[in-house]
Amino acid sequence: MLEIKNLQVGLEEEDKQILKGVNLNIGAGEVHAIMGPNGSGKSTMSYVLAGKGGYEVTGGTASLYGDDLLDMEPEERAAAGLFLAFQYPVEIPGVGNMTFLRTAVNAQRKARGEPELTAGEFLKEVRAKAKALKIDADMLKRPVNVGFSGGEKKRNEILQMAMLEPKMCVLDETDSGLDVDAMKLVAEGVNALRDGKRSFLVITHYQRLLDHIKPDVVHIMSDGKIIKSGGPELALEVENNGYADLLAEVA
Amino acid sequence: MAVSNPKFDASDALLAGFDSPDGAKWAVDKRASAAANLRRMGAPVKRHEYWKYTNPTGFTIFPAPSAALFHTDETPMFDAIDRVKLVFVDGVFDAEQSDDLTLENVQIETLSDSLSKDIHWAKELFGVLENNGQTPVDRPLAALNTAVAQEGLAIRATGHAPKPIAIRYLHSSETSDAMVHHIVKVDEGAHFTLLESGPGAARFNSVMEVDVADKAQFHHIRTQGRDHERRTATHMFGRLGLESIFRSFTMTVNGILTRNETVLEFTGDNAKATVGGTSAGDGKEFHHDDTVFVTHDSVDCESRQVFKKVLRNGATGVFQGKILVKADAQKTDGYQISQGLLLDDNSNFLAKPELEIYADDVICSHGSTVGAIDDDALFYLTSRGVHKKQAQDMLVLAFLGEAIDEIDDDAIAQGIRDRLEQWMERRHA
Repeated sequence: MLEIKNLQVGLEEEDKQILKGVNLNIGAGEVHAIMGPNGSGKSTMSYVLAGKGGYEVTGGTASLYGDDLLDMEPEERAAAGLFLAFQYPVEIPGVGNMTFLRTAVNAQRKARGEPELTAGEFLKEVRAKAKALKIDADMLKRPVNVGFSGGEKKRNEILQMAMLEPKMCVLDETDSGLDVDAMKLVAEGVNALRDGKRSFLVITHYQRLLDHIKPDVVHIMSDGKIIKSGGPELALEVENNGYADLLAEVA
Repeated sequence: MAVSNPKFDASDALLAGFDSPDGAKWAVDKRASAAANLRRMGAPVKRHEYWKYTNPTGFTIFPAPSAALFHTDETPMFDAIDRVKLVFVDGVFDAEQSDDLTLENVQIETLSDSLSKDIHWAKELFGVLENNGQTPVDRPLAALNTAVAQEGLAIRATGHAPKPIAIRYLHSSETSDAMVHHIVKVDEGAHFTLLESGPGAARFNSVMEVDVADKAQFHHIRTQGRDHERRTATHMFGRLGLESIFRSFTMTVNGILTRNETVLEFTGDNAKATVGGTSAGDGKEFHHDDTVFVTHDSVDCESRQVFKKVLRNGATGVFQGKILVKADAQKTDGYQISQGLLLDDNSNFLAKPELEIYADDVICSHGSTVGAIDDDALFYLTSRGVHKKQAQDMLVLAFLGEAIDEIDDDAIAQGIRDRLEQWMERRHA
């Protein structure tokens, strides 16, 4: 379903190549993890997939269920089923969390030709899903991510994911800044969304998260390329030996 | 050889543009004194420091520049509210379209009725706060108004008003040049809300003098209509007594030239004042100026100035705000924020925030920013499927929201939000 072929990406503002030919195929229902040292291009890839500005795609393709992602606006990618859980969720003062979420859900439904949720339907659904993530009514009422703790922000990302029901979830270092309990809670939220069809791409520095969200495939990214792919044991290898051995092996 | 005095010439030209009104001797004297003030200061000109960011020519030339009439099917502002509706057409009171001038605990008269009698409170108010407000800064358009304005209302709240008075200013002549002057006295312990809406005239000059007595509350919410070509100069002079509350909020969209001046003076301890506004402008013709002067001359008072402007396609926004804290005004809490949100590179926001503090035990803060839509926030919203234009509107409204939050009444605040949202939506076509 997510097919990335020879993706090459540079910065718009300066002459710097970040992704140097990434190839990745994630099938329906699969969970893939990407690990790699700082600066290897993991977050850039997630941003480019979601359509953030400031990057220039200089080659390659990325498609979701055959739709060319790179040709779409961010909102169109979302409506096509892509969701990015941000490493640093953005604080938006003055925009209510609930208002935002309902606007997003209904915008996507509208874009897909589905009927919009009424206020009542939405409220019922969001309350049930928030409860599972231990998000209280107060958090829902507050402005988007404003005054949220690190853990609350990440749980809020997962709540959005649960409400928007994407086909392809990209999680960018969702474990960063989380304590063990919070990580478990977030992982449970993600696992609850695994239904055999929905796919996940989990970007992380640490194997720990992958204890909770079990990947089918683990990729190692370095210097803008995927240098090695394997099973969950690859993550353990990184955890034990660091990246040095792997990098040396490929070099 | 006769020496011409340009100040006299220009101010005489302004005065000559209007008829001299009748009234009781005291009122005639007040007007003469205002006219003398105007001659002393001269008509406003661009080279005056106080008019540096706003060209006053549109307010001073004759005949008044015409303004096309604006038609809309939308429900007039404040129509859904239980209120006493009073209508002015091109600055002239229209009894036919207005409700009766009766409201429990409130005396309502036309200005001309009030100025023809020997009414004690009107004597102490009419032209008095305006005159006080002429120091230390000249406000010639306000002096002109006092000198010649015949239309307006004299309102005195003696207790809690059960509902607001809503003044609607209709613009029906393309060449109307209107002067309106209101005096409002809120007696000790009384509560009163005044709503104003509409453009008023092709050119509209309004002055409101508001005396808020000890422990009294005055709330004011104003919207200035959607007319694109109108020119509006308003002055609001407020005097606050002990433990009184003064709140004023103005929403402006469109219009060629708007200057809203607010001049407040704390004379009693422990009083609170908020003056705020949002304006939205589209196109290089749009010029909107908020000029505020707050004088703290008593102990333990709090003042807030909160102004937000969203500007696009070359529109210009101006803010001149001053907090003056006199030497004996200890424990003053003064706050001032003015922010411009520019939706493109062609628009301008000019701000002159000023603090002048002579007391040593005060908290005063001010901030002024100008910026664009936050790209990260925009990306975050769109990445969730919100359409870019809608996401932008959400961010604009969030930006303006901080000023709208200063409105006490939730229903009115929501009404203001709705109008601003519609203003944004109309620009998506």
